[in-house]
Amino acid sequence: MEIIISNSSEIPIYEQIAGQIKSKILSFELKEKELLPSIRSLAKDLRCSVITTKKAYEELEKDGFVSMVPGRGVYVSKINRELALEEERKKIEDLMEEIIVIAKTNNILESELKEIFSILWEAK
Amino acid sequence: MENVICIENLEKKYDNFTLKINHLEVPKGMIMGFIGENGAGKTTTIKAILDIIKNYKGEIKLFDSVNKEKAKEDIGVVLDEAFFPEILSPKDINMVMKSSYKNWDQEMFYKYLKQFNLPEKSQIKTFSKGMRKKLEIITALAHHPKLLILDEATSGLDPVGRREVLDLFQEFMQKEENTIFLSTHITTDLEHIADYITFIDKGEIIFTKMTSELLEDYGIVKSSREEFKSIDKKDIVCYIEEKYDVEMLVSNKKSFKKKYDFVSIDKVSLEELMVLMIKGVK
Repeated sequence: MEIIISNSSEIPIYEQIAGQIKSKILSFELKEKELLPSIRSLAKDLRCSVITTKKAYEELEKDGFVSMVPGRGVYVSKINRELALEEERKKIEDLMEEIIVIAKTNNILESELKEIFSILWEAK
Repeated sequence: MENVICIENLEKKYDNFTLKINHLEVPKGMIMGFIGENGAGKTTTIKAILDIIKNYKGEIKLFDSVNKEKAKEDIGVVLDEAFFPEILSPKDINMVMKSSYKNWDQEMFYKYLKQFNLPEKSQIKTFSKGMRKKLEIITALAHHPKLLILDEATSGLDPVGRREVLDLFQEFMQKEENTIFLSTHITTDLEHIADYITFIDKGEIIFTKMTSELLEDYGIVKSSREEFKSIDKKDIVCYIEEKYDVEMLVSNKKSFKKKYDFVSIDKVSLEELMVLMIKGVK
């Protein structure tokens, strides 16, 4: 498993870790019931603090992606992939709605928005 | 959470310096970084914890007990000043330690000597500063302590040596009951691995916070003098007027940005945070 952390990013490190594990679960790179590295070994290998990896796993557990079994380890949960993706789509919709509100109050056209979007999309 | 070190109302007076720690707790299983400028009281605090300094007011508990003699077997220590006689070799140290610690792990000690390329039969006086530090650190680890107390343990090391030593510390932390309390002025080491940061200034603790919170919430704002006038001083922690701009430390980047959208806010490093808190106007 590869996890790439940027220390200069504005995204907190625990979110970077949680996000990358989450996408590995959604893309089936990590499979149901697979044992993930412990909080402490992950902290060691990523050279970050224990609190950071603990927070990442807690975040993933809250969203139903992993379960932490005391004394046994952290496992990939059985997830309903469709449902999880649906939630992600819902998040996108909410953010887009915000964008549309800003655009409309400033008389920015739909075509302009689309243009900005494709530029940003290409750049990522 | 269980605490491994607990200090209450510690006070130690010197002619021109007073150490006064009302409260300090080091939680079990965590790495706590202890930062502050030279002379702020880091070493004095550590010496009080280790009973090297006595006659202080207040109470220091280690592993929930005031009896420090009992705790000694479970503590690994590296102090700023060297403590091995120059004429000894690592091999001699092995002999000495074997008779003083019941948990001394000879195998581990020799494994680390090899790993760090420290010649076992050479006298310490032939060692470089970095080699001496590494030797002290592996000696502290090789009696399987539950608490490591380190005073400026990484400061004599080059970046590669620091990385190796930090990896050792994190290996030590694989055991859930192990704890590290380390003072340093090389704050970048702590940004990555420390769970908590305690900041001491002029003999008093200014704060203990989670490292992640400090780095995620605090920010450094740079503005013109004109813009600075429009900022409510209640919204900043402290500021420094520089020649070309004003630098401010804020404790909540997000809400500050919302209120003052004309300024730019950067992430703050522990080093910048420390300098601003010491030099800045509050």
